[in-house]
Amino acid sequence: MRIILSIIIKEFLQLKRDPRLFGIVFIAPVLQLIILGYAANMDVNTVHTAVYDQDKSETSRNFIQRFEHSGYFKIDEYVDNYSQLNSDINDNKVLWGLVIPKDFEKDINRMQPAPVQAIFDGSDGNKASIAMGYVQGIVTNYSKNILLDAADRTGRKISKVGSLVPEVRVWYNPELKTRVFMVPSITGLILAIITTILMSMAIVKEREVGTLEQLIVTPIKPMQLVIGKMIPFIILGFMDALIVLGVMVFWFGIGIRGSFIFLLAASFIFVLSTLGIGLFISTISKTQQQAMMVAQFGILMPMLYLSGFAFPIDNMPKILQYISYLIPVRYYIEILRGVILKGASFMELLPQFLILFFIGIAILFASALRFRKRLE
Amino acid sequence: MLTRIKAVAKKEVRQLKRDKRMLYVLFIFPIILLVLFGYAINFDVHHIKMVVYDQDKSFDSRNFINTLTSSDYFDLVGYINDESKIRNILDTKAAQCVIVFPRDMSKKFYSNQNVSIQVLIDGVDANTASLINSYMTLAVASYSQKIQSEILAVEGQKAYIPIDIHPSFWFNPELVSTFFLVPGLIVMILIITAVVSISLSIVREKERGTVEQLNVSPLTSLEMLVGKTIPYVVISLIIAVFILVAGYILFGITIKGSIILLFFSMLLFLFASLNLGIIVSSIADTQQVAFQLSTLVSMLPSMLLSGFVFPIESMPKAIQVITNITPAKFFMIILRDIMLKGVGLGAFWHQIVYLVIFSLILLLLSAIINKRARTA
Repeated sequence: MRIILSIIIKEFLQLKRDPRLFGIVFIAPVLQLIILGYAANMDVNTVHTAVYDQDKSETSRNFIQRFEHSGYFKIDEYVDNYSQLNSDINDNKVLWGLVIPKDFEKDINRMQPAPVQAIFDGSDGNKASIAMGYVQGIVTNYSKNILLDAADRTGRKISKVGSLVPEVRVWYNPELKTRVFMVPSITGLILAIITTILMSMAIVKEREVGTLEQLIVTPIKPMQLVIGKMIPFIILGFMDALIVLGVMVFWFGIGIRGSFIFLLAASFIFVLSTLGIGLFISTISKTQQQAMMVAQFGILMPMLYLSGFAFPIDNMPKILQYISYLIPVRYYIEILRGVILKGASFMELLPQFLILFFIGIAILFASALRFRKRLE
Repeated sequence: MLTRIKAVAKKEVRQLKRDKRMLYVLFIFPIILLVLFGYAINFDVHHIKMVVYDQDKSFDSRNFINTLTSSDYFDLVGYINDESKIRNILDTKAAQCVIVFPRDMSKKFYSNQNVSIQVLIDGVDANTASLINSYMTLAVASYSQKIQSEILAVEGQKAYIPIDIHPSFWFNPELVSTFFLVPGLIVMILIITAVVSISLSIVREKERGTVEQLNVSPLTSLEMLVGKTIPYVVISLIIAVFILVAGYILFGITIKGSIILLFFSMLLFLFASLNLGIIVSSIADTQQVAFQLSTLVSMLPSMLLSGFVFPIESMPKAIQVITNITPAKFFMIILRDIMLKGVGLGAFWHQIVYLVIFSLILLLLSAIINKRARTA
């Protein structure tokens, strides 16, 4: 026990001597979370628009105004020909162009369907389909108004049947803000990245500098060394977890609807698993350069992409979905979202918690054993 | 001068060759990443899990469900016959949306009344929720229209649609998000490889003390930096070619624009990224710090601040300014323009200018830092 304690003290002394590392451990996650939390936002708020109004009538101007007043669209330019519209879209000036044909007003007055063109830059498919949804909404509304107007004027009913109207209600996040969804997951990701890197680097550094051999020839048992090295990082990692959760709650004002104690327990287990991964990285690489490349490409990138933080796991091919089951961040993010956004109870998240627990323990033990073997 | 640069480059290549594992990591990982994540990253929402609460149990409600499930957008996962079950279904993520058909829906509909169909959506993932919302709205509207015109056709009348909108999507008519995201993945892989490899290679010399030997040699620091960068530029370019070929084979992504233009702008981007790595190496003394810093400047920003996933114009103004810290932002626009739109220099020349300015500022910065380090 005393031996372990002295290793822990040594480890902390070493950390204290490197003030920059200290900054990276405590300040970087806060900065990252603040910047990235604001950046991670897929809401399509301002849709840049070009208008090619061939009709130039009162009705067409009225129609265009509908877009302007909706709050979603900003009309950047009125163009006079297709080639100008073309170059606006090519130069990323606008996302789409609205083309109103010559006889727009006439058609509407004669109660003929007026064909309107909407030309989108489809390269960002996601943005284009969301914007198209907005356009559809405005057009539908406007059409309805025309029908009502016509009914008023002619004094007869236009349609002999009713219509089906969707009444959509969005739960948990009624304003459909992506930030609410993203910030908890980014919190999880940053925590994962910091702790993984920290652990792997600390061990590899010692090996590269050669002090690991000195430790091996001392009477310290390998298991004691592993435990002594792990504990300071578990403490640091857990402190990091508290810091990032604090930023999430106090800076972004995202309240925790569920149990805070449960969240802390899950965070603790999660940190154990990422530290285990860090330890594992350190056992497979001889040099720091290797450890870092393996960490970046083999572990951190899969964490980013397969954790479901931005790209829904349900959309992935089956094989990738299976791979994602192996990634601890996936479960942690599910727990974070469940507890924070839905206020889910411990029982509802029990499967995730248990899997995270077992993966964490398994990774930690496997890496510790591997590390011990290498020491012997 | 040239011979000295050549000597440094040769030495670097020799060192790299000796580290076989590192070479594997450098060449094989990017390909694996593209293969894995190219499939993982998409926002295309298909097979939305849907639960139906059918109070009407009419031909129309069944028919409507059939039209929904016959597309690959919606999968019917179950029926409920009790309103109280809705919460549980959304809480446990058993389904992403619940459709509620009100009692007497078809009766009201045929007696010329408007009927609303309730749609409850799990809004935790706001992006997916907005897409489900617009699919549903569209589906209801078109079904309603279909029946209306069927009824009117019986009486020999035609349904009148005031505004008939024709959307068209350029560059990516099927709105596949993979086309938009794969170029982003390429940018990200390139910048990480460039920044991490160069910064570590320089810091390693610092850590081992070999940099002092280089300092006392007649080598100027510019010669050393250029000599060190060249091998990594070449490696990164080779990786880029691999990725582009893989992107074509696996995802059918062709380069619509000029390959020569792509090559030169890529060279410029690599130059900027390597400069970023050099800055990192001049700040960091240990590989541990270098790695943390290079992750900080390369991985997360190129993922989250570059416009790869999250549109820059949706970010707060202050964050929009911060996005300029990553050259990935500029190259992302260039790459998408060339690959997806096939437009020429006219569309993105300012991005090239930004890249040049960015590199020059970094070069100046690292020169200043280096000078201070030498005199100190």
